Parts: sequence; C-alpha cells; structure tokens
Amino acid sequence: MEELRYYHILIPFLPLAGFIINILLGRELIKYKAHWPAVLSIAGSWLCALATLKDTIAGKVIDADLYTWILSGTFKVSVGFLIDPLTAVMLMVVTTCAMLIHIYAVGYMHGDTGYYRFFAYLNLFTFFMLMLIMGNNFLQLYVGWEGVGLCSYFLIGYFFNKKSAADAGKKAFIVNRFGDFGFGIGVFMVFLTFGTLHYADVFANVSSIAGKTVYFLGWNIDLPTLIALLLFCGAVGKSAQLPLHVWLPDAMEGPTPVSALIHAATMVTAGVFLVARCNPIFNLSEIAMNSVAVVGALTMIFAATIAITQNDIKRIIAFSTCSHLGYMFLACGVGAYAAGIFHLFTHAFFKALLFLAAGSVIHAVHTNNIQEMGGLKKYMPVTFFVFVIAGLSAGGFPGLSGFFSKDEIIWSAYASHSSVGKFVWVLSLAGAFFTPFYTFRLIFRTFFGEFRGGAHHDDHGHGSHGSSHGSGHDSHGSAHDSHGGHGEHHIHESPRIMTIPLMLLAVGAVAAGWIGIPPILGGGAHFAEFLKPVVGHPEFHGTHAEEWAVMGLSVLIGFAGLGLAAFLYLRQTNLPETISKQFKWIYTVLLNKYYVDELYNFILIRPTLWIAKKILVGITDGKIIEGIVNGIPKTIGVFAGQLRKAQSGLAHHYAIIMAAGAFFIMALVLLFR
Amino acid sequence: MVPLQWYLWLSIAVFSIGVLGFLSRRNIIIMLMSIELMLNAVNISLISFSHYIQDLRGQILAFFVIAVAAAEAAIGLAIIIALFRNKATANVDEIREMRG
Repeated sequence: MEELRYYHILIPFLPLAGFIINILLGRELIKYKAHWPAVLSIAGSWLCALATLKDTIAGKVIDADLYTWILSGTFKVSVGFLIDPLTAVMLMVVTTCAMLIHIYAVGYMHGDTGYYRFFAYLNLFTFFMLMLIMGNNFLQLYVGWEGVGLCSYFLIGYFFNKKSAADAGKKAFIVNRFGDFGFGIGVFMVFLTFGTLHYADVFANVSSIAGKTVYFLGWNIDLPTLIALLLFCGAVGKSAQLPLHVWLPDAMEGPTPVSALIHAATMVTAGVFLVARCNPIFNLSEIAMNSVAVVGALTMIFAATIAITQNDIKRIIAFSTCSHLGYMFLACGVGAYAAGIFHLFTHAFFKALLFLAAGSVIHAVHTNNIQEMGGLKKYMPVTFFVFVIAGLSAGGFPGLSGFFSKDEIIWSAYASHSSVGKFVWVLSLAGAFFTPFYTFRLIFRTFFGEFRGGAHHDDHGHGSHGSSHGSGHDSHGSAHDSHGGHGEHHIHESPRIMTIPLMLLAVGAVAAGWIGIPPILGGGAHFAEFLKPVVGHPEFHGTHAEEWAVMGLSVLIGFAGLGLAAFLYLRQTNLPETISKQFKWIYTVLLNKYYVDELYNFILIRPTLWIAKKILVGITDGKIIEGIVNGIPKTIGVFAGQLRKAQSGLAHHYAIIMAAGAFFIMALVLLFR
Repeated sequence: MVPLQWYLWLSIAVFSIGVLGFLSRRNIIIMLMSIELMLNAVNISLISFSHYIQDLRGQILAFFVIAVAAAEAAIGLAIIIALFRNKATANVDEIREMRG
C-alpha cells in the first residue's frame, strides 16, 4: 500500500479549480478566454494521470483516505482514493478524451454567448467523473454519479432557450432517477449487509454473503443477487440500457463536444465501470450476471436496428453508443470484465472521434439531417478521413482498435461458461453485422454522392421524412443561419483547432487497441493482464481453432455489413427507398424507435400528468391546500366586515355605546353586589 | 344644614344634563361644554362626600379634576379650531374620517 502523492490529489481538483475560476470570473472578466483555465486544468490533470499510470504499471496500488467525511456511530465514510489498474485505465480514458474534446470545443463553441458557462460545466463534469472513478467507497461513487448526472443535465440543456433542449435535459435527469433509485437502495443494502461502504472492506468479506437470503418486499431473495441487481439498476439508467435507454438519443440536443465527452466517452460508461468495480458481488450471482449479459445483448441489437433508419447524424451515433455499451455489458455479464473495459477504452476513442467529426460536419452544413448532406468528401477531407477511420474502428475492421476489443467480447461470449453465453454470442454476431452497416450508411450518405442540402432546407422541420422528431438542428449551427442559403460554396473544412484533436483521436481510434492484441494474433493481451488483479480472468473453454473460426466469422459478418451498406447507398441508391416501402411496417417501427417513447408516454407520463392535474392540482392543491389557505382569511374577512360596521366614524355613536356600556356595568354592579 | 342627598341629586341632575347634551347635540362646542358639565357634576359629588366624611382627599381630587378639565378644554378647543379651519363646520355628523 502506497501513500497518496500530490499528483493523485491534483487529478480531480485541477478541473474543480478550473470550474471555480470560470464560474466566478467567467461572466465579467474572462469571457471569451474561458478556454484557458479549462484546457490548462484538464491538461494538468492529464499529466498527473500519466504519472499515476506510471506508478500503477509499476505495480503500486493506492487506497488512502483524504479525510473523514461522515462519522456517525459505526457509519464512517471517507473521501479517499483507490488507484488500481481499473482506475488507471478510466483515468486515461477520461483525462485524454476530456482534454482533446476541450480543445476541440474552443473551435466549436467559438463566439457562443455562454462560452464561459460551457467550459465551467465541462470542467465540473470532469471533476465529478474523476471523483466517481477514483473514489474508494460506494458513497463517493454515488456522489460522483449524481454529479455527472447533474452536469449532463446542465449541458444537454445548454441551449436552454430552445424548448426541445430543455426538455431533453429534463428527460435525461428524470429517466436517470429511475435507475439511481435502485442504485441508492443498492448502496443502502451494501451498508446494511457489510456495515461499511469502503470497497476494500466490502470485497474482502463478500464471500460471507454467498447463499444468504433476505426478506424483501414479501419474498426471500438471494442477497448477492439483490445487491447486484440493484446496483445494476443504476448502471442501466446511466449507461442507457434497455429499458431506460430513451434519454440518450434526446441528449443529442446538447452541443456536440458534450455528446462526445459525456454521452459517448465517459459518463455513459460509468455503468460499465460500476459493474466491473463491483465484480466480486456480481460474480456471486448467476442470475445477476445473466441479467447483465442479456440486457446488454438486447440493448445492443435493439439500438443497432434503430440506428439503421434514423436520419439525424447525431442520433445515429447515439444509438450506436447505446449499442456499444450493450456490448460492454454483454462482456461483463459473461464474466469477461477485462474485455468489457477494453471495449470501453477503445470505444471512448472511436466514438468520441465519430461525434467530433459529426460536429465538424454540422459546423459546416448547419443541419443534423443526413438527407440534406452528401458529397462532403471533397469539401472536408480531414473530417472525411477521420470519420472513415472511426467508422472502420467502430465496425471492427481488422487491425483497428475496435476490432480487437469487439472480437475479444465476441470470443468471450462464445467461450465463457455462462449459461446465456451462446445466446448472447449469436446476438453479438448480429450486432457485428449492423454496426458497420449503419456506420457506413451514415458515411456514404454524408460524404459520397451529390450535395442534397440547400433546396431541402426551406421545408425542414415539416417532418418530410415522417420522422416524429424532425431533424433536430444543433442550435449552434442554427445560430449562424442569419447569413441565409446553405449552398455548396459555403461548406468548408473546420478550423485547425478542431481538426487537430480529430487527428489525435484518430490515432487513438487506430492504435488504442494494440495494447490488447490477443495471443493468437501474436500479441500479449497486455490489457487483460493489467486488469487481472482487479477483475480476475474468466476461464474459457475453446481451442485455438475455434478462436480463429469465431474471429473469422465476425470479420466476415462485418464485411458483409459494410458491403451491403456500400451496395445500397453507393450503387443502388434507389433500392433503400424501395425496400423501406416494401417493408413499410418494419421501417415505421424502427423509424419510431420501436415506439418506446410513445409507450412510456402512454403508461407513465400520461397517468402521471393525469394524477398531477386531476388529483394533485384539482383536489389536493385546489381543494384542500387552497381551501385552508384561502378559508382562514376569508372567515376573518367576513367577521371583520360585520365588526367594522360598529366603527361608524360618528362621535355620538361611540358616545352612546360608551354610555350604554357604563350603565350596563353599573346595573351589573348594583344587581350582583 | 343641607343634607347630603340634595347635593347628590344636584350632581345627578347636572351629570344627566351633560350626558344628554353630549348624546343629543351635534355641535362640537356644545358637546365639549357637556363634557365640562359632567366633570363638574363629579366635582360636586366629590366635594359633598369629602365634607360629609370630613376627609380632604376628595377636595384635592376635585382640584385635579378642575386642572385636567382646563387642560382638556384648551386642547379640545385647539382641535376644534384646527378642525374648523379644515372642514369649515362644527357639526360632528360631517366629520366621519374615522369610519371603518
């Protein structure tokens, strides 16, 4: 056990300092220089994270308390840091992505009125995310968890004077309440069971609860299963898994750097981190493990199929994120936590890159609708180049980082001892087909063919594609609408401050996976070895021949997806429309995202609003509370109205009353003497 | 020797005249005079009782009443003058500013 060093403490607190500087001084003093404190603080914390990574690779594990936060009887919670290989990996993901995205945002948010506010929230988010991953107890995890949720709310609703953005922020926050409710109870259960929230103490005693049951809501439930599932509830909400995935596509109302940082690279992966961190608890319960795997696999296939039909460039990538998060949970569910975290690691790079490249496109054409794009290849060569790299990496093109992590997951699903392993393996292969298909549909529609913008622009928003949500402009883009007309000649490559982070992330999207090359491809699987002390290593059954076959199959399927996309969107460009007409029923269901939003609207939102309007507003508020609040003054008013008649203002009325009173009192005295 | 009752009857008569005058008249000066009548009726009974029980404290109290009545008359007349300057009337029915 090692001591905490100053650079460990600086990692989270530098972004906090950046936030404080910008939120206090940004409005009046710093204004359009707000990126300096923000970017410098993140860069500092990146350097500290590098130093920490060096320590961790050298084998140091740090579990130290900074100070005691809450002390009440036997309940003790500290603010402390646990820095082990898992934390180190997350640190690299968070600080690297945050730094590059901050730099990109300097160009993307240039000239926005809320410039300082944007960077302040982005810094605050980074602080909470770092506290979340570095905490050494469940409560600090929970604080970070809620903190990132709050910043997500701030940043989704960044363009708060746009109703759809404000609504999306609310939706994200409220949907996350459902998951966090379970998560909160899970943390309580951990404390009730173990009497502590400190990771090390909990995981050291975890074997003592195996097989125990607890009386909960009228049933005797297996204790590890209950705790694991409650914790998983939080992960489902935060990581946008079924059935709480609905907030993530709407979260695309936020500025694109936010989508890249919060809704692709870091915050949404917190759920996977949680499951991996709590792996000793999950390992005790087969039901919980299978739930994680099945939920992940279903979300993956569910989101991937929706992504095929969407027309909003950011929503497609958002569904892709949902789908990839499903992959990560699938891996955790079959016990291959290292593969899940490996995919988290590579996904952070290629997905942040996809988002930022999409942001670059939106910056140029001022629309989110891919039907109004096309032919951008020749105007935006850098963006096109990195977009293709990110797409290939996401689609699992051999040699790129996405390939190694995805292949690791597919192989783990096939080779694990999990009882649902084969089932999720089949789904994961289907996912391997859809991912390159929708990614390259997006690329072909955006960068190839003829430019279709301009003419369409006037009737934008009239739902010309039957989509219920329209194309949902990024407000930032719309802000430039004043110069009218979006003819082709306006389109140009983004400034260098945006393209350089893109190129750096592209390096990550290509090479991040090389640290986890499996042994059969001549690599050392260093990533899994590095994480082994934290998450263990699952026992696989399978020969090398099988591993080759599974890998070959997934690559083949990936190429099939890519080929089909090329065939449909490059060669036979009229065919997709014909197919969508032929299978109109399926197409409509997918376009409307399986009507999940409508279902929730029907079973949750409408009844809630009905109760709110009829019962709470109508009866509780309207009758009872207002009855009391208005009844008391009304009674007093009526009484006073009668009493004020006595005060006529005529002197002899008072005199008569006085005289009468005096006689009355005297009469009483005489009578009852 | 005039018996005590006679003084008391006189006091009652004067007091009643004061009360009736106060209640029935509308002229504020007459009302002020009625108050003086009531105060002096009280003085008569105070002094008669004082003489009857041979205790000077009643007469001392009567002096206090006279002093207070003088002060009250001075302030009352000042108020009436101020009122008259503003409202140009001495009829209390026309002065209803204190109506609730």
